[in-house]
Amino acid sequence: MRNRVVPIVAAVVLVACGSTSSSATPLTGNVSVFAAASLTGAFNALGTAFQAANAGVTIKFNFAGTPTLVTQIEQGAPADVFASADTTNMDKLKGDGFTAGTPQVFARNKLEIVVAPGNPKGITGLADLAKPGVIYITEAPTVPAGKYALQALKMAGVTVTPKSLETDVKSVVGKIELGEADAGIVYTTDVTAAGSKVSGVPIPDADNVIATYPIVAVKATTNAAAANAFIAYVLSAAGQAKLQSFGFLSAS
Amino acid sequence: MRREGVPIIVVLPAALGAAFFIVPLVGLIVRSPWGDALTALSAPETLEALKLSLIASLSATAVALVLGVPLAWVYARVAFPGRDLLRALTTLPMVLPPVVGGIALLLAFGRSGLLGAWLDSTFGITFPFTTVGVVMAETFVAMPFLILTVEAGLRSMDRRYEEAARALGAGRWRVFVRVTLPLIGPSLFAGAVLCWARALGEFGATITFAGNFPGVTQTMPLAVYLLLPHEASFILSLVLLLVSLVVLVGLKDRWLGSA
Repeated sequence: MRNRVVPIVAAVVLVACGSTSSSATPLTGNVSVFAAASLTGAFNALGTAFQAANAGVTIKFNFAGTPTLVTQIEQGAPADVFASADTTNMDKLKGDGFTAGTPQVFARNKLEIVVAPGNPKGITGLADLAKPGVIYITEAPTVPAGKYALQALKMAGVTVTPKSLETDVKSVVGKIELGEADAGIVYTTDVTAAGSKVSGVPIPDADNVIATYPIVAVKATTNAAAANAFIAYVLSAAGQAKLQSFGFLSAS
Repeated sequence: MRREGVPIIVVLPAALGAAFFIVPLVGLIVRSPWGDALTALSAPETLEALKLSLIASLSATAVALVLGVPLAWVYARVAFPGRDLLRALTTLPMVLPPVVGGIALLLAFGRSGLLGAWLDSTFGITFPFTTVGVVMAETFVAMPFLILTVEAGLRSMDRRYEEAARALGAGRWRVFVRVTLPLIGPSLFAGAVLCWARALGEFGATITFAGNFPGVTQTMPLAVYLLLPHEASFILSLVLLLVSLVVLVGLKDRWLGSA
């Protein structure tokens, strides 16, 4: 009799955490999640919630610029889940045969101009980035955010030469916080995450680019059950609510 | 005549140790897209990054020589309280994560840094996002190698030559230039080359303090990193590796030849 209790409890726990996994065995082991730098805050929170519901699982995060993560996975880094900040890098990983199953979009994000607190340079839109005396920095075009920033500037008809092409959104926000640069283009969620240390200037929808975040299990995963459960949790109503509390737009 | 065998307990870890360094090199060579090598190497961005790398690393070495040799001389010849602490502080970047060095440089020489804010408001001089910033970052990380090598040279040289020159009436500057410098020549050379090689490979402090923009602050290591995950970055890595290898092998001959 005792033996039957455990699966039932596990099933209840799985349902409670919003997982769609049909397995009744309690999940165990480590799940290595390779996630885009812009997901840092939201995924840490998702990981904590998932672990609370699945005591046997330890989620380990590796946050970096998306192209770096692709390189690491392709060179055999022990990843179970990959969450990309764009479809281009996801397509490369899939095309090279490193993914299991179909990548699913779990979040979207908008661009925003990040400036020093109180916006001392009086930046009101993309056109102001080209004003003389404004030090504008962005991400390298190989990084999703940098590619989106270029698209947004093009749509707005703004030509501006950045002072630096940073490796990820975090370093752009960091240099604005330190006062080294006046303005940068990052995701709305990055401005939210930095709190009072920066201010944000919205980019109108007509010029804005919607970033699409797909997630997938990595082919070489040694813990497919837990990896898929984590992905299911990210896609669940509870996971979506958590992502939106960090400023992400819903998946659809 | 029986040759003394090398014990297996030494050979095994030694072989593993050597393999640990060699296998990654083989990996780069094997996995590089050789068919695209010429395209990758002759791309304007590559040449620009290579040129900037050479200019910045040579400038950093020149600055390190001008500032580092006198510092090494002070450490070797002048006894003063706190000398060991000062030496430790000026060689700290050897063990400091370069990114931390870059942040420290920003807090000191950045636009709102301790000195940087004053330099900006008084002279309108800023260092981040400039080639000068790259040279500063590289000097910060690489100069300690020169200081320590030259200090060791100064300590191990025979000081009687200096004393003889002084006794024969040469001034202190003349003795330093005509006697001391030639005597520590090998150390000076080795220190400068080590410093240059370290500056050439600098990544963390550069990207943190100076940023990354082609032609201005994007050196080869930065270009390699930003090319990932494309295989062209493997080829560029090999170029850097080859340069370093030539330097190290050349240095060893020089060192042994003059010892």
